[in-house]
Amino acid sequence: MDMFAKMMALDRRWVFLTLAIVCVVAYGLTFEVPILINDEVQSIYNFIDTLKPGQIVFIAVDYDPSNQAELQPMLYALMEQCFRKDLKVIITALSQNGPGMADQAIRDVSDSVKLDRTYNGVNYPGRTVERGKDYVFLGYKPYPSLIILGMGQNFRIPFPTDYYGTPIDSLPLMKGVINYDQVACVISLAAGNIADMWIADGQGRYNFKLAFGLTGVMGADYYPYLSSKQIFGIMAGQYGAAQYEKLTDNKGMAQDGMRIQLLAHWLIILFIIIGNIGFFASRRKLKEQGK
Amino acid sequence: MDFSTFLWTSFAAFLTLAIFSFLYKDNPLYKFAEHLFVGVSAGYFVVILFHNGLSPNLLQRLSDGDWYYLWLNSLRPWYIIPGILGILMFSRFSKKWAWVSRYPMAIYIGIAAGVAIPLEMTNRVLRQMVASMTPINWGNFLGSGYLDIASGYSEVIILTGAVSALVYFFFSTPHRGAIGGIAKYGIWILMLGFGATFGFTVMNRISLFANRIQFLWVNWMKNAFNVKGVNPQADTSYMLAFTVVALIFVGYVVWEIMKKFRKAETA
Repeated sequence: MDMFAKMMALDRRWVFLTLAIVCVVAYGLTFEVPILINDEVQSIYNFIDTLKPGQIVFIAVDYDPSNQAELQPMLYALMEQCFRKDLKVIITALSQNGPGMADQAIRDVSDSVKLDRTYNGVNYPGRTVERGKDYVFLGYKPYPSLIILGMGQNFRIPFPTDYYGTPIDSLPLMKGVINYDQVACVISLAAGNIADMWIADGQGRYNFKLAFGLTGVMGADYYPYLSSKQIFGIMAGQYGAAQYEKLTDNKGMAQDGMRIQLLAHWLIILFIIIGNIGFFASRRKLKEQGK
Repeated sequence: MDFSTFLWTSFAAFLTLAIFSFLYKDNPLYKFAEHLFVGVSAGYFVVILFHNGLSPNLLQRLSDGDWYYLWLNSLRPWYIIPGILGILMFSRFSKKWAWVSRYPMAIYIGIAAGVAIPLEMTNRVLRQMVASMTPINWGNFLGSGYLDIASGYSEVIILTGAVSALVYFFFSTPHRGAIGGIAKYGIWILMLGFGATFGFTVMNRISLFANRIQFLWVNWMKNAFNVKGVNPQADTSYMLAFTVVALIFVGYVVWEIMKKFRKAETA
């Protein structure tokens, strides 16, 4: 068996093992990966950055733990930016496994905001964010399409109480907040077809400002909505999350994972090149042998 | 990190490693993790659905009445109708009465289609068509020198790409001559689209693995070995829990190797 034939017959487990070793080594190294900012991520940052204190940002946690690698860093960076700028946040989780992760993120970011921090050269003194006053977590309800439509009429229709069982009419933040008309923008961090529902049943029906944080797999499919101006920004995959972390000057898990991404991508490109060389060389050999 | 939290973290680490062990081959550790995941997910979903759907949307809204009167003395007795329709869905479990479930299904499909079709058509088809028919602003060619969404080059690529991709799927005319050329350009555009999706997918899969490496190192190993003093509470019990998980996997690998040796000997 010649080299190319051996290459074509290589056990795929060697590929997995090589990739795993490269990923672990990359994580152990300490170099920084340069992160270039795309316009579609910058536009989300700019929009939130120019909001006035007291304005409301609606964040939808529409993903399960299986997608937390890409979307959870976006949630942390977004929420911290909002709380530091004294914006109010309404949060929902329209994916059934989302409430736990949203609750965890709220607690972690609330703890982080208590500390004095400097982001992009601006000093933000620590503060305490209060449930019901600075943020409202509405929780989960099944059938996202109907919930998105219902919230367009009145948040109280699908969510008479918040996640913790408090009637939302008794929460100070919700006074005078009826539906999407009172929120500055909706940012859905979505894995799966809930993003389609936000476009069709939410933005299309009620015409509010909508942006997405999406998993890498979904990224390419939603760029057409950017050019049709149905959404004003996209953060796609871990790289999108890393860009947002860089914009907010709040380094987290996404930027930390970029070393792994870089070396793993180089390795996969190398494997693709080697695989193609092996394929064409063995095909040529078969042709030469008249098979 | 207190010890009870660390035990649960160790169990999560065990499950992570058990799932990854499938990359070597199907094995009992993977099977255990897989079945546990399916069972927990199903149970969690049932409870979540009851507490977030059935209870607040139906039971709590009828609870101002008396169930002895089938809630007909409730202030909102009409909620009994969707309740009955929901119960009728369970008739599918009986071969004889399965036909009854068609009524609630028909109502559900009718409402869902009525709501979805106009919104989907408008926002995911017509508005996309409008966006691809935007007049080309020739002045944009002299503006930004790169392919951002507003540039003239980008507008031309979107227009020609959309038309040629549609031509590729037009099979009423043979793909020869000019039509063949346009269809070929359409294939290239489609391939570029698939390539972009593949690239994003690779990033997605690597992200998942990167996240697990971060979890195993930051949440588990660093706490077990008190790396850089992150877990001052760490003592021998933490090391013991770590060792137990590690031994299970080392033991499995040794067992696999011995099995191979025994097979070779008998052969």
